[in-house]
Amino acid sequence: MDSGNSPANSGLRKTALNALHKRLGAKMVNFGGWDMPVEYPCSGGLMCEHRAARGGVGVFDVSHMGDIRIHGAKKPGGALAAVQQLTMNDASKLAIGQAQYSAMLYPNGTFVDDVIVHRLGEDDYLLVINAGTREKDISWVRENTKGMDCVVEDLSDAYTQLAIQGPRAVDVLQRLTDAKLETIKNYWFTHGTVCGLANTLIARTGYTGEDGFEIYVPSDVTTSERVWNEVFAAGKEFGILACGLGARNTLRLESKMALYEHEISDKINVWEAGLDRYCHLEKGEFIGRDALVKSKDEGLKRALVGLEMVERGIARDGYRCLDESGNEIGVVTSGSPSPTLGKNIALAYVPPSMTGLGTAVFVEIRGQKCKAQVVATPFYKRVRTPRAQPGMAVPR
Amino acid sequence: MAYPTQFKYSKDHEWIEVKGDVATVGITDYAQGELGDVVFVELPKVGTKVATGKTFGSVESVKAVSEIYAPASGEVVEANGALVQKPEAINTDPHTAGWLIKIKLANAAELGTLMDAAAYEAYIAEKKKEASA
Repeated sequence: MDSGNSPANSGLRKTALNALHKRLGAKMVNFGGWDMPVEYPCSGGLMCEHRAARGGVGVFDVSHMGDIRIHGAKKPGGALAAVQQLTMNDASKLAIGQAQYSAMLYPNGTFVDDVIVHRLGEDDYLLVINAGTREKDISWVRENTKGMDCVVEDLSDAYTQLAIQGPRAVDVLQRLTDAKLETIKNYWFTHGTVCGLANTLIARTGYTGEDGFEIYVPSDVTTSERVWNEVFAAGKEFGILACGLGARNTLRLESKMALYEHEISDKINVWEAGLDRYCHLEKGEFIGRDALVKSKDEGLKRALVGLEMVERGIARDGYRCLDESGNEIGVVTSGSPSPTLGKNIALAYVPPSMTGLGTAVFVEIRGQKCKAQVVATPFYKRVRTPRAQPGMAVPR
Repeated sequence: MAYPTQFKYSKDHEWIEVKGDVATVGITDYAQGELGDVVFVELPKVGTKVATGKTFGSVESVKAVSEIYAPASGEVVEANGALVQKPEAINTDPHTAGWLIKIKLANAAELGTLMDAAAYEAYIAEKKKEASA
């Protein structure tokens, strides 16, 4: 069935909510071949959307992301074996209902993509992958599980995926589901009835650094629009706003979350990206392991750091990093004003010798050397309030 | 927002208003809308020579940098310093308080190639049609 989402179609790909975004007057942008909302004037624009996600609740259409299901065929454990071979984190540690941040690597230890692995069942996994790498990832998974005892399904077009993010996200979603959201911990998920849709995946995941949920509903336009509208009706009293990719980027940058082709790519390895804690060499063989062991012995040639501009200027993606003398020593992977901090921040690759906090790093901005300094990351960390116990007052 | 008839307009969405041999330059309402909330402005120092079609500074939103092209040649006699603290004036008042620079024109005849308000409105109407196609 041609849903119009194959790259063979001329023009940009569209999510089921594309018409709705345009009716809302969203400013649209081409993101990885997808016609996506970057900001909504009706929300007040990027700054308002960012603040809603940090302080209240915001909703993102992230249906452009992909979904690959790997489940066991004949013998039990075939799917786990495939996931363990394909990814760097240890999926054997996952309970049913649990998810983990991970990545698929090339044999040289660089990134095919980052991914969230969800354990759906006994031998049943869902990999949620990036929009821009959908085809590459599905080919990679199929190619590298050939002859393995598992079934690979591309479910990318099956779901409209909404990310409901912010401290009030749980309040909004609870109105729409029978699932007991307070029992779902961060990076865990469940299936429940959402907006009358049975067996809907509800995951406590997101790309903002705030509490929040991602729900996966059927991708037909009628259902997708109905769910979006019900989420907004439920969220009205919490000041819910539609949020686009502009705010999505500033939120994830403040929380130091990687973006493919920026902090991670097929030219950057796991150690350089600072993602050691998601890489479990001790779990056994996986694609890229040998190269990672070797490069660990050889030592880092560059490392990812957080920068804060000291002199007036905004460091942006791709700008060169220079030393005091003007020699090129690295590159900005992502840079932007930070709405929460009121400062101009960036992530950049610099030599290991320049990773100390407070080190001066210069960014070349339209031919001028502009001073920045290395700062700790994440730039922003949400305050985690304790989960409410009966009889306990929880500060809002 | 109406486009003042006493302004001339460039294809890069700058406006210029001439009073004697000094001209004020800014970006249009269309340009500020495309850019989003302005957070940062880079303007040239007094005395800088600007040349038609060449960049003289930049206006930045959170997500984008927009270089500003001189609609006419001349020498900068004033830059709008208030924009350092209040860059948002470019969004709220792009044709008035959000002005960028004043220049002493080198050659007033250059303005002949710019659009008047009606032509500019037609130009952006066409752009909006292309965008929603």
